[in-house]
Amino acid sequence: MASLNMLVVVCLGYVALLFFVAFAADRLAARGRSTWLRSPLIYTLSLSIYCTAWTFYGAVGYAARSGLEFVTIYLGPTLVMVGWWWGLRKLVRIGRSQRVTSIADLISSRYGKSNTLAICVTLLAVIGVTPYISLQLQSITLSFTIFSDADPTAAYAEGSSVLLVAAGLAVFAILFGTRNLDVNERHHGVVTAVALEAVVKLLALLAVGVYVVWGLSGGVDSMMERIDASPIGTWQVHSGRWAAITFLSAAAFVCLPRMFQVMVVENDDERHLRTAAWAFPLYMLLMSLFVVPIAVVGLDIMPPGENPDLFVLTIPLSQGREGLAMLSFLGGFSSATSMVIVAAMALSTMVSNHIVMPIWLSSRGDGASVSGDVRNVVLLSRRVSIAAILALGYFYYRLSGGGAALASIGLIAFAGIAQILPALIGGLFWRGATRTGALVGLVVGFVLWAYTLLLPALGAGLLPQSVLQDGLFGVAWLRPHALFGIDGLDPIVHSVMWSMMLNATIFCAVSLASFPSPLERLQGAQFVNVFDHSAGPRGWTGSVAQSEDLMIMSQRILGAGQAQDLFQREAEAQGVRGHLPEPTPAFLEMLERELAGSVGAATAHAMIGQIVGGSSVSVEDLLAVADESAQMLEYSSQLEAKSVELSRTARKLREANEKLTQLSMQKDAFLSQVSHELRTPMTSIRAFSEILRDADGLEAAEQTRCATIIHDEALRLTRLLNDLLDLSVLESGQVSLNMRYGVLSEVLDHAEAAALAGADTPLKVIREWGGEAVQLQSDLDRLAQVFINLIANAQKYCNAEQPELRIRVQMAGHQVVIDFIDNGRGIPSEAQDTIFEKFVRLRGEKVGGAGLGLAICREIMQRLGGNVTYLTDHGGGAFRVVLPVASRIAAQ
Amino acid sequence: MGRHVLLIEDEPNIIEAIRFLLTRDGWAVETHSDGTDAVEVIRAAEPDLVILDLMLPGRSGMDILRDLRGIPETAKLPILMLTARGQSRDREMAERAGVSRFMTKPFSNAEVLTAVRDLLAQASRP
Repeated sequence: MASLNMLVVVCLGYVALLFFVAFAADRLAARGRSTWLRSPLIYTLSLSIYCTAWTFYGAVGYAARSGLEFVTIYLGPTLVMVGWWWGLRKLVRIGRSQRVTSIADLISSRYGKSNTLAICVTLLAVIGVTPYISLQLQSITLSFTIFSDADPTAAYAEGSSVLLVAAGLAVFAILFGTRNLDVNERHHGVVTAVALEAVVKLLALLAVGVYVVWGLSGGVDSMMERIDASPIGTWQVHSGRWAAITFLSAAAFVCLPRMFQVMVVENDDERHLRTAAWAFPLYMLLMSLFVVPIAVVGLDIMPPGENPDLFVLTIPLSQGREGLAMLSFLGGFSSATSMVIVAAMALSTMVSNHIVMPIWLSSRGDGASVSGDVRNVVLLSRRVSIAAILALGYFYYRLSGGGAALASIGLIAFAGIAQILPALIGGLFWRGATRTGALVGLVVGFVLWAYTLLLPALGAGLLPQSVLQDGLFGVAWLRPHALFGIDGLDPIVHSVMWSMMLNATIFCAVSLASFPSPLERLQGAQFVNVFDHSAGPRGWTGSVAQSEDLMIMSQRILGAGQAQDLFQREAEAQGVRGHLPEPTPAFLEMLERELAGSVGAATAHAMIGQIVGGSSVSVEDLLAVADESAQMLEYSSQLEAKSVELSRTARKLREANEKLTQLSMQKDAFLSQVSHELRTPMTSIRAFSEILRDADGLEAAEQTRCATIIHDEALRLTRLLNDLLDLSVLESGQVSLNMRYGVLSEVLDHAEAAALAGADTPLKVIREWGGEAVQLQSDLDRLAQVFINLIANAQKYCNAEQPELRIRVQMAGHQVVIDFIDNGRGIPSEAQDTIFEKFVRLRGEKVGGAGLGLAICREIMQRLGGNVTYLTDHGGGAFRVVLPVASRIAAQ
Repeated sequence: MGRHVLLIEDEPNIIEAIRFLLTRDGWAVETHSDGTDAVEVIRAAEPDLVILDLMLPGRSGMDILRDLRGIPETAKLPILMLTARGQSRDREMAERAGVSRFMTKPFSNAEVLTAVRDLLAQASRP
């Protein structure tokens, strides 16, 4: 019997070996002599962390319980590796070009660097993987128990051993997973140790298998007979479960954080995938080769009730093969530890980068200014996260009591992690996938998974039995195992179907309905088209660059003088003769910066890229150039708009200026006219008053004549002033109208009497009494003023021998039309346009007025809502007054 | 020395006043009140002095002045110009056009008399 002490010693020795291997690999990698560390073999072996203790021990148990169904666990990854290696290559390429640190980082990065999404994926991963970690702890403990049961001398405390194992794994993960912050997040030590463990577990399983087939069954043939006789071989294939579990294991192979870690993050060379595409399926084939024989033999020879999960261990022990049992134990130990270490590392990166660091940075408040101490903080937060995740696994183990079968916990974890798949696949192949779609799909899938699978599996404590039986809130179609009334399905199939279907459907639907942000668009384009443009280094190699071309381009952008100065200075600094420097990378970078100041960074990069030819212009470059161009276009259209506005303002100003000039000229002309009209009567008054004063011996008649002229001219002055004031009031619009009711004939009577009073020449006024009886509402005094003016004009200017004025009144709708037509010679046609202007008098007109009368008439008629016009071709002078019968302009 | 004055003016009361003044001072006063044919009237009348209003119906006094100065026989004819417009620009223009004397209305009778006497005295000097 193997003593427990012996086991502990071997175990510690093995751990020490792992530490040494990891340490040596790290040292080698640090010295740069790690070529063999980067071999495809190591990469393929590191992928074997897919095979955990669950696969090592559990596969046999699975086969013992459900026959060949365990194959599905290997089938999924094999299908992915063989059939979808190009998809994995894309994943690896993106992971490398985007410097992705975890699957949460990848999803977040794809969907516009959304941290919300990263947090979701991280939480999902922690919730999904924690039971899985506790499963590994449980397997180690169980295997210890087997040995301690067999060794009565040992005093073995189960709880403390788990704690010790957990702590030891944490130390290992911290030591080799967070030794330093590598830009590439690669951990050669850990990967090498994992590869070693992969070899150990494979050898262990093969050894047990060989022993079982050839040692216990006596060769292949008899083994086959035993298998045929065993109940395992006769069990039916449950196609729904097979499909579901194959799908789950395939999805988990891509989405599990630890798988992503070794497959994408730790990948050194894309070409390794080619090797892994055949080597890893081969590895899994070997791992699964002896599962059925071990299970069959175990069921045969072991006592009933023995845990089939531990057949790998218990069969050699029962046959007294302690060395083999020890090897088997180491195989299981390797499976468990490698998984826990890598999972803890991957999860800690996610937790630290997406949860701890954002919180720490925002709590600092001055996030932008942190610099040197960030590295220490990151390392510390990773270490704490690793410890916390292992502690979580430990507590989960303690709480769950380690009861559930290993395989079922593994499947539940797979189903949870698989919820990431739609967002991941959509992100890689569909540019239309959006952040909102990914988020909503993920949350829906996660909730459904938790409700239909995780909570029921955790036992009655978390989900009341009534919910399981009658559905949530007693609604039957919300029963966790029979959602929407679909009953009778296997819980795994049921959960996977609903959660994945709704997750994917909602992800697509919301993506189609929502609109991606520019960053999402850019990232989406980069992810989907990752193979279309090379992700080469950003620096320049100027070997083929033409300095002259660069010079020509720079001149166009910077201007000849500045560009020549720049090149000259560089040439001198390089010690090159002439004015063209060598296109060294440093010079090219400097030139790019210089150009970026003028045309924008992206354009400058693209331009130099074109000339140097060392780097093709990528989609990203083009997009950035387009952005810059759009900004410039917008700026220039803004300028254009401003310029249009300016010219409009200038035109308005010019117009206003012209108007002012015109007004000023009108004012000058008016003042000049007023001056003339005032000075003329003044001249007469002054002249005659001086005559009266100075000339002695004037006759009485002469004196009277002088006085009369002075008097007349004084009256003329008064009239002029009155007219000017009247016109000024009318023109300014400040006139107050006195609207009254009256009969037109009375107004005409009054006007005729006033106009003809004291007239020297007789004017015969002929009134045609057509519509004179009309009742008016108007300012009758102002109206009379117009009539007086017109009648007086006829009286003054009608040159007929027997002057006549005909006044005719007609109705036209709501207007009354009053014509004043005399029998004189009328107004010459060339003057008809101007007679209503101020100070306009007809040629040869000698009769007293200042030429304001008709201007005043026009203003008054406008105020009264009518007008006054000159009628042509009526023989004599003919004016027409049009007036509304009832004024609607009373308010004005 | 001739004492023949031609007055070109359209305002009846001013014509009457100037005629009264000059007649009493011993001048022969002829009048005309339209600008259109003023130049022909002046050339036909051959006055010793012309009193010319600036604002005339038909033609501006300024144009008439320029015409007269362009004609040899009236180039040196004494011309007294009157205006009721109070603009200094008119005076400058008239002086450039060769006016002999420029007066703004309202004038004093004595001024007019003095001006007429002076202008004739200058003109009669050899």
